[in-house]
Amino acid sequence: MKIADRVEQVPPSGIRRFFELAEEMDDVISLGVGEPDFSAPWAARTAAIDSLERGRTSYTANRGMRELREAIQRYVRRWDLEYDPDTEILVTTGASEAVDLAMRAFVEPGDAVAVHQPSYVSYVPTVTFAGGEPLTVPTYPEDDFALTYDALREAGAADAEVLMLCYPNNPTGAVMEEDGLREVAEFAREHDLAVLADEIYAGLRYEGEHTSIATLPGMRERTVVFNGFSKTHAMTGLRLGFALAPPEAIDAMNRIHQYTMLSSPTTAQYAAIEALRSCDDAVSEMRTQFDRRRRFVLSRFDEMGLDCFEARGAFYAFPDCGGDDEAFAEGLLESERVALVPGSVFGPGGEGHLRVSYATGMDELKTAMDRIERFAADWSG
Amino acid sequence: MDEKRELVDLLRENARQSTADLARQTGLSEDRVEELVAELEASGVLRGYQAVVDWDGLDGEHVQAEVELNVELDRETKYTDIARRIAKFPEVSSLRLVSGTYDFAVDVEGESMRGVSQFVSDQIAPIPEVTQTVTHFVMDTYKERGIEFDDYDEDDRLSVSP
Repeated sequence: MKIADRVEQVPPSGIRRFFELAEEMDDVISLGVGEPDFSAPWAARTAAIDSLERGRTSYTANRGMRELREAIQRYVRRWDLEYDPDTEILVTTGASEAVDLAMRAFVEPGDAVAVHQPSYVSYVPTVTFAGGEPLTVPTYPEDDFALTYDALREAGAADAEVLMLCYPNNPTGAVMEEDGLREVAEFAREHDLAVLADEIYAGLRYEGEHTSIATLPGMRERTVVFNGFSKTHAMTGLRLGFALAPPEAIDAMNRIHQYTMLSSPTTAQYAAIEALRSCDDAVSEMRTQFDRRRRFVLSRFDEMGLDCFEARGAFYAFPDCGGDDEAFAEGLLESERVALVPGSVFGPGGEGHLRVSYATGMDELKTAMDRIERFAADWSG
Repeated sequence: MDEKRELVDLLRENARQSTADLARQTGLSEDRVEELVAELEASGVLRGYQAVVDWDGLDGEHVQAEVELNVELDRETKYTDIARRIAKFPEVSSLRLVSGTYDFAVDVEGESMRGVSQFVSDQIAPIPEVTQTVTHFVMDTYKERGIEFDDYDEDDRLSVSP
């Protein structure tokens, strides 16, 4: 069968290779995982089980159950976001589906879509699948991997139609404060860019609160906010996310969603309603655990002399390994049985860095950091 | 962050962590951690550090029982007076005054059911204020002090994912 060009031109994920290497070995401690080590809060799981026992296995409304959309409306108010559950909220199968819908809804063939790098591995392929042209906008270690006005200008993002934005960031753990976001918002307004803001890690901010770019002046009408239950509520496998945007944008995304997905998994929607109703304590306990591990990991990198900026979001640290990141990661895996992901997998600007996920139990984390320290001491780049 | 509370939480999770690891997780200096732990010990907040044991994995018998105790007070005798007397027995591992249909909840440990029964009948029941005892032998333990006694703790996540 002939494979379409836009699919052929997207290479398989670089993560795949490390996954295969790690899978062949025994006793590997993995700091390469992009999901929490916790399970979904028990109350959310029992709500899912209960819904199955009651036979709730039909489709829901395309946009998601109204009860869930109302719960989402209340949930996002903590970030000063206000969206109408009838017209401005779309429940999707993971935030990933929402990002895909938005690209397909807003990108014309050949449109440039600015994506800051290093970034989550799915954005660039999603742009390509939608027929757009990804435009790389670098972020720099000296800015703690925050996106700047100058970087947008120098990369030629003024000619782009859409900006893909993700803070708190995977893979760097970087966050953006309101000041920095104001610059980005100013650029978007000046050059009439739509902003797709993936805020899936908004609930995992440490030492400060998340600010959504959609709350800045003149931004709500040009922004789609993505969030979901995977990271904050440890519900990755239940595949549930949502998009927030003005009515015409949600209408457009829902037009694709209703023909391709129909509705998101019903069982997961029941779990999500309960997660928002009663699981704040469980979520905050997970965040507390992540924060302790974050401080631990940053402190260990500091002590072993690996340069690592102070990541304040998600559950990743992004140290500079002082040389070829792929060689470091492969060597570490082979000699010390610790898996992590080389930064170059996440695009330009990631090279020379390692994505270290601290979504792993404290005991394993301690052992893994001992092993990294031993390996780094003998490694010459 | 309440520094003391944070340290207590960490020690409740794992009391064998080194001072250095406690410092790294809290962002406090090692000296400060030592100082705070010393204060917590001196003021009696931290009363001790113990292992959580699943006795099934050890040879030999070990028996636990929860004993409900009803007592009758008089003008001269208060709950604390009775408690003080009962707490002295090494067989008693915990003793609490509780609300509800009985007064004291007593955990008793011993090497045999016979030994525990005898302890309750010979030492506890004869105490003048005690009017009734109900002994529940523990048949199986599934969770103790926050730690689950199951073995399916397997991490089923993919070893590397985006």
